[in-house]
Amino acid sequence: MVKEIERAGIPVVHICTVVPISLTVGANRIVPAIAIPHPLGSPMLDHEEAKALRRKIVERSLVALTTEVSGQTVFD
Amino acid sequence: MSTKRIVHYINQFFGGIGGEEKADIKPEVREGVVGPGMALQAALKDEGEIVATIICGDSYFNENLQEAKEEVLELVKKYDADLFIAGPAFNAGRYGVACGTIADAVKKELNIPSMTGMYPENPGADMFKKSVHIIETGNSAAKMRKAIPLMASLAIKMLHGEEIGSPDEDNYIPMGVRKNYFHETRGSKRAVDMLMKKMAGEPFTTEYPMPNFDRVDPLPPIVDITKAKVALVTSGGIVPKGNPDRIESSSASKYGKYDIADLGDLLEASHETAHGGYDPTYANADADCVLPVDVLRDLETEGKIKELHRYFYTTTGNGTSVASSKAFAEEFSQELIKDGVDAVILTST
Repeated sequence: MVKEIERAGIPVVHICTVVPISLTVGANRIVPAIAIPHPLGSPMLDHEEAKALRRKIVERSLVALTTEVSGQTVFD
Repeated sequence: MSTKRIVHYINQFFGGIGGEEKADIKPEVREGVVGPGMALQAALKDEGEIVATIICGDSYFNENLQEAKEEVLELVKKYDADLFIAGPAFNAGRYGVACGTIADAVKKELNIPSMTGMYPENPGADMFKKSVHIIETGNSAAKMRKAIPLMASLAIKMLHGEEIGSPDEDNYIPMGVRKNYFHETRGSKRAVDMLMKKMAGEPFTTEYPMPNFDRVDPLPPIVDITKAKVALVTSGGIVPKGNPDRIESSSASKYGKYDIADLGDLLEASHETAHGGYDPTYANADADCVLPVDVLRDLETEGKIKELHRYFYTTTGNGTSVASSKAFAEEFSQELIKDGVDAVILTST
């Protein structure tokens, strides 16, 4: 899906846990996530802490969207 | 029984330990055969003996690739194996990545012949087909009976140190290796024969299939993200509670489009996941941990982005064919463009 969105002409960032899969699929802007069942959260944290962690990842994805890349790039 | 020793790798599901709720277990070892190892042993007859089975949770392996790989290698070392077999993983993505990673590591780091099996669309196949023999299987465990004899046949060749045939002969996914040999017919005649068939509209087999590099060049970045309309898309299966469009829990045949214009936060009462390929406990309790609506709404309010698009698009990414995923995204990308979306955040579990 990520490739088709980019092919259609919309810049896209892929937030995912298993980065090698994203690289194989062909995403260009990749932001690593926390864990498979909760990529943007953590059950070890309370709600506010989890949200802060989520915000960090989303902000990183906005940085990825505003960064010039020449090929597949992992923003970690 | 033969003295040839085989170590087999399987996941928590085939190991009979549990489903997604057990996908985070660390590697453990059992003496002898477990699960699909039984059929594999039967097909191997007395050509080799599965002396140990290593079982590891798919999520544990994928979230801790390096550690998991080293832990499994340590376990394999103890058994003085002549051959290592992983899977088959069919179209299970995390399982395929685990099988490919460990089969590759056993071959390269322990110098033990190794092999696995999976469906060609499994991401593990693309990652490791060049370095490991991967038997081509069907897309689900329902194809186990067909896969086992093919796995066993290649395993026996490897145990005997026999030369392995072409991908067609030995049923593995082409590794991109070319071998020189003398053909009984010379090249010019073969080329003309092929051309004649092509002109007659008859089926023919190329001798040099073109590699398929389906890559998309990165687009230029967003210049000013505070002026951008951002849309959320996920393969993590987040849907309104009750899954109104009945998106399948795996091998999805459709995607959903849902309105979040009035929502500042996804709640346990309003949203859940339809995805059958990961433990749903966390996503059902707070779907924001897969689809970060709460954070994007905050960023919108603070003016850090111009707008969060009022619809999100969702499907379940497990076992869903490449062709379907492509078709879904081709279709909804046109809608996103029409709706003036400037950027997409796509989340995957």
